[in-house]
Amino acid sequence: MKFRLKSMLAGAAISALLVSQALAGQLVINTDTSDPAPQKAFEYLIDAFQKANPDIKVKWNKFDHEGYKSAIRNFLTADAPDLANWYAGNRMAPFVNAGLFADVSDVWKENNLDAQLKSALPSMTIDGKQWGVPYTYYQWGIYYRADIFKDKGIEPPKTWDELLAACKKLKEAGITPFAIGTKPLWPAAGWFDYLDLRTNGYQFHMDLTAGKVPYTDPRVKKVFEHWAELVKPGYFIDNAAALDWQDAVPLFAQGKAAMYLMGNFAVDVMKNAGLKEDQIGFVKFPTIDPSIPDAEDAPTDTVHIPAKAKNIPEAKKFLAFLAKPETQTEMNKILGQLPVNNQAKVSDDKFLKQGFDLLSNAAGLAQFYDRDAPAAMAKAGMEGFQHFMAQPDDIDQILKQLDRAEKQAYK
Amino acid sequence: MSSSATASLAAASPQRGYWHRNQRKLAPILFLAPGAIMFAVYVVIPIFQSIWISFYDWDGLSQKVWIGFANYTELFHDPAFYVSLKNNIIWLVLYMLAVPAGLAIAIFLNQNVVGIRLYKSLFFFPFVISQVVVGLIFSWFYAPNIGIFPQITEALGLGRIAVLADARYVTYGIIAAGLWPQIAYCMILYLTGLNNVSPDQIEAGRLDGARGWRMLWHVILPQLRPATFIAVVVTIIGALRSFDLISIMTDGGPYGSSRVLSYYMFEEALSEYGYRMGYGAAIAVVLFIIMMFFITGFVWHMVKTEREG
Repeated sequence: MKFRLKSMLAGAAISALLVSQALAGQLVINTDTSDPAPQKAFEYLIDAFQKANPDIKVKWNKFDHEGYKSAIRNFLTADAPDLANWYAGNRMAPFVNAGLFADVSDVWKENNLDAQLKSALPSMTIDGKQWGVPYTYYQWGIYYRADIFKDKGIEPPKTWDELLAACKKLKEAGITPFAIGTKPLWPAAGWFDYLDLRTNGYQFHMDLTAGKVPYTDPRVKKVFEHWAELVKPGYFIDNAAALDWQDAVPLFAQGKAAMYLMGNFAVDVMKNAGLKEDQIGFVKFPTIDPSIPDAEDAPTDTVHIPAKAKNIPEAKKFLAFLAKPETQTEMNKILGQLPVNNQAKVSDDKFLKQGFDLLSNAAGLAQFYDRDAPAAMAKAGMEGFQHFMAQPDDIDQILKQLDRAEKQAYK
Repeated sequence: MSSSATASLAAASPQRGYWHRNQRKLAPILFLAPGAIMFAVYVVIPIFQSIWISFYDWDGLSQKVWIGFANYTELFHDPAFYVSLKNNIIWLVLYMLAVPAGLAIAIFLNQNVVGIRLYKSLFFFPFVISQVVVGLIFSWFYAPNIGIFPQITEALGLGRIAVLADARYVTYGIIAAGLWPQIAYCMILYLTGLNNVSPDQIEAGRLDGARGWRMLWHVILPQLRPATFIAVVVTIIGALRSFDLISIMTDGGPYGSSRVLSYYMFEEALSEYGYRMGYGAAIAVVLFIIMMFFITGFVWHMVKTEREG
């Protein structure tokens, strides 16, 4: 979802160049699959779909991941393809509200997707209708260096106190407990999400990201107080604001930092940095308040039909194909992520198996701060989180700013 | 301008001999027309469109909502706007260092030594490479784990300073990166200027006993005035449109402390979490007013010197 590549402007230019000429029986799909795994997954998907429907030819336009975000606004209004990939929740809301995505509730009804894609149903529903089909999601949690933990005699923490104790022990051993890179802002939001979900629960988090609770609420402040227990003793690596999330992975691989709160896509990067699978452990974010059931972050990737698509019936066929358990099993095997369809099989990977258990038993699934909150709020919020991690004493000023941003964003 | 040109042409066609009688008047208009049309379509009209959009609440997709001056009142209370404005002023002031620095290097390089062309090219080199590359080079230079700069500060006993992660230093760090090519640019302007310095006047100055600083100040600098004028103009404009380095090096961070108006406008109007076209347009209008202030000054200055000359 958020691998950082510098070419937002390039994307806008590409979209102007790509003139998709749709023919009858031809489907045009635009995707942001500039990373190898998603690209292979879509290759499989399109190939399998064409084999199952020999009368339909699929034309595939690939975009750079970051550039896609500006490109999609252009092509949805000017030169719409028949299908486009995007994200669930609030990230699709502006397009739904502007009437740029087609209602695909009938695809859900005809294929019994309400039951099969149940966990993603709330995040795909706006105004009681469904606006796309989800095909993958992945768990978030704390990845830790199993070998270092074993070496120092630390158990993976299950509660907040255990986490603090583990951090203390690591710090004393000269190892920074947590790796993080907040230059792209969103990694800090993962921390806020989890601290809020564990401190105040799923419903409160949803109300907050929906703008129903002010950020100056004492319950929000409590989240930051817990966060400060990690920031103030220096449990995060220094100068995180100058690092991309990938830049922090080498610190984790070199053993300078022992834990990393991240999405499952990080495992691949960690392995590429030289870690073996048994050196990496995964643990669910620890419980802070035992009375609050554990909810998780699980960002969902989706495919939609633009309202101006030329071949809507064929596009709906494609969505139904995408929703099938077999398709999702295969695609997620390639992606190294979890299928949304609950009839699909999870690939034989220790992190995915753990992730599947985690998400199946979660009390609620959040999309991620920048997808749950509207864009303007997400930016102000994540900037505030980054600010807090650098200057935890500015908390009152930060919360006031967030309050102001909230009043503007949810007018 | 353009419409008047075509209109007069249309009117001209039935009358014979009109073209011959008015050739001298029409020719310049015809030559200007393509440029003027482009300028109108891509510069003048968008300026007015931006001003127009700044009165709306608009996400670029849905219906525009007229909100009058609400974007401006919000801007007036927006701390991020003041941070950007303050940084723009810091940029303006510090960027001007490029002018004397460029002059110093130009004077230093303006001699006949073996291989001076090579040195000149080396000094000019940063202006040739793209700003994106400059930004990347400096990002590595400042990088907290692998960069040289934190190691230098550590050796000096200041600890490892991660310039781009520290709200106190970040703007200065980016300006330093920007000065590198800008100094090269000013240097080239002065090198050309120095070619035209009249040897007679230097000779005359020498005879009158001027040397060193006095020679520079009273004899050489006055002759370099055209070069100085251009150097100041391009430097001020360069400082006000600073955008690429910020985008490459920090994305305006940490927590928005290195944004300038042009970057803030982009963030609000077009970036991933923005899409507030009206608000972005309002920022653009403010930047436009600041630019107009300087540009009017330059135009006035040019007209004045032209009249005197």
